Amino acid sequence: MEEIVFAVQPVIVGLVGALLGAGYFAFLRWQTRVGGLKASLLVGAICGVAGAMLLTAPLGYCMFEADKKNDDYIVGWIMVALGLLLTLNIGSTLLWRFFRGQRLLPRGDTTPGAFRGRNGALYAAAALSPTILVLIYFVYLPMVDTLRLSTFLARFGAPRTRFICVSNFSRMLGDLDYHSNLFLSFALSFGIIIITMSLALLIAAMLNQPIRGANIYRTFLIWPYAISPIVAGSIFGLLLGTESGIVNRVLDLTLGVKVPWLVTVPAAQFSVVLASVWNVIGFNILFYTAGLQTIPKDLLESASIDGANAWQRFARITFPLLSPFTFFLIVTNTIYAFFDTFGLIFVLTRGGPTESTFTAMYRVYVTGILASDIGKSTAQSLILFLIVVGITIFQFRVGQRRVQYGNY
Amino acid sequence: MTESASSRFVFDPSAGQSRPLWRRLIPQRWYAHLILTISVIIIAFPMFYALLISTQSNPEVWNHKFTPGDMFFENLRTVMVQRNMGRFMLNSFVIALAISVGKTVMSVLAGLGLVYFRYPGKWIVFGFVLITLIMPGDVLLIALYRRVVSFDGWPHPYVALTLPLLASATGVFIFRQHFMTMPPDLSEAAQLDGASPLQFLFRVLIPLSWNTIGALMVIMFLFGWNQFLWPLILLRDQDLQVVQWGMQSLTQNLEVGDNFGPMMMGVIITSLPPMIIFIILQRQFMKGFALTRDK
Repeated sequence: MEEIVFAVQPVIVGLVGALLGAGYFAFLRWQTRVGGLKASLLVGAICGVAGAMLLTAPLGYCMFEADKKNDDYIVGWIMVALGLLLTLNIGSTLLWRFFRGQRLLPRGDTTPGAFRGRNGALYAAAALSPTILVLIYFVYLPMVDTLRLSTFLARFGAPRTRFICVSNFSRMLGDLDYHSNLFLSFALSFGIIIITMSLALLIAAMLNQPIRGANIYRTFLIWPYAISPIVAGSIFGLLLGTESGIVNRVLDLTLGVKVPWLVTVPAAQFSVVLASVWNVIGFNILFYTAGLQTIPKDLLESASIDGANAWQRFARITFPLLSPFTFFLIVTNTIYAFFDTFGLIFVLTRGGPTESTFTAMYRVYVTGILASDIGKSTAQSLILFLIVVGITIFQFRVGQRRVQYGNY
Repeated sequence: MTESASSRFVFDPSAGQSRPLWRRLIPQRWYAHLILTISVIIIAFPMFYALLISTQSNPEVWNHKFTPGDMFFENLRTVMVQRNMGRFMLNSFVIALAISVGKTVMSVLAGLGLVYFRYPGKWIVFGFVLITLIMPGDVLLIALYRRVVSFDGWPHPYVALTLPLLASATGVFIFRQHFMTMPPDLSEAAQLDGASPLQFLFRVLIPLSWNTIGALMVIMFLFGWNQFLWPLILLRDQDLQVVQWGMQSLTQNLEVGDNFGPMMMGVIITSLPPMIIFIILQRQFMKGFALTRDK
């Protein structure tokens, strides 16, 4: 009986994919009114089946076996959804390019001024091979390893590994510690983005005023980005020490209170945000300054003549025109918060008190290196990978309006 | 950074009208000066405080003295000799230089291969390089570590450390863009003169690309200098560790608090090379950021 149930799973998964794919393509056909309905339905169904099987078939649909728990099924359906997102997007882009009679794939050879002669491909292979080889061996193969290891029970030093399907992922669903690590990473990004970017925008707006010495001010405002997160953490560890720190000394003299910055729960997270803000604000000022210089002055001038006050000019003209820079900074600040804060936290709070400043990246380090649980930590790495992919897609979608960084 | 003529234009509705005396006495846009000065002070304060502490002994730190102490050279000696920071700085310098030179050379070559030759499937090769942007090293950390340590034929641990960091999608992308903006007449002329692609690279392309090369090298040097997590897990021999590792080892007794002076001395000497590079090569630095972050 169980074998029959097992054999039925791929069919169900494939059917669901085919239905969703055909439905999505029919919707696109109705929306764009381009192309044939039958062709849309057929290609949509094929893309749907491919998407549904993309991530589940390599594991032999093991997550849908009868003895699996509910969480495994949930992970399985998430994998189906991710596969569908990928194939349906690629498939629809290509199909509608075909419907519109556009070129399906980029043209390979458009460069004028290329060297003539039959040895071109040989030269190109020689020039590209160092990069390609390093990428294959140190990026692509580790990526494949990460995917593979995330389905295993494996430890450093232990020769034996065991295939455990998607257990590393399904256990995450109930792992409240990991949830709070992920939450901290997002909260940290949010805090850094809100505080840093509003301050940086204010400072950049002041720098953009026609004042004397703006260049000197700028140099003295943007240098902290050259500082490493380790150093930022070390300095703030000194500033925020409960007894030794200058911040508490000032608070004690003025208000008569001492805040245990690094050893109590909300204060420790706030300290990490504070040190991060100091570390990245220079970079944010730098790019907002560059952004403000791209805004045409005559636009602001004519708005001023029309009676717009300073706030209206900022809210209606300056800020919307800065949006490419704003989105770009949101992306880089998020990457900083997720990955680069590791060193800062490593010296400032060591993840404490009671793991309250563990970010998702810190958890990968603790699980993989300190506890040497490779399977679990590579699964956690893949969650980070999905977040990076999400941020990249966000950047591409927003980047339709090309970011101009000006000439400097 | 040169300001364009239009950005110097000030639209000031009150210009030309006679201003009251008190407004003439204080500088125009005093609020901008005020906000900027406060910002400069707040941003600089942690570093200045670190500099102050680096000259003090521990009792002075605990008493919050705001005058420089006389422990500067003592702390410097402790950090450089006793805590081995001199060695760590040299190690980091070697690693950062190798990363910066290696990445730039490989990126220039790949850019050449992607622009100046004709072959089918060029966009696949470019896509193959570009898509690694979504696979940052931190995501691959565990698998990369496992792969690197499973091979025991590395001639030196630093080869294992730097080699995985040498390929750079951003670098390749930057040089591809840079070469594509160059006039095609250049290579046409070089071909008419019978130059080989290598001669073209060394005689024409590289001399015309020093700005981009410099910008990328500065950023990549700082990337190498600030490496921490990868050396932390990979290097077993403490004498081979990097400057950021040395810095964190100085903070080990932070709770005990018996080493504030040396710790802040570590902060100063760890930050000095990037700060010097930043101040001398500010233009390249900013251009490099614009390049590396502009995908």
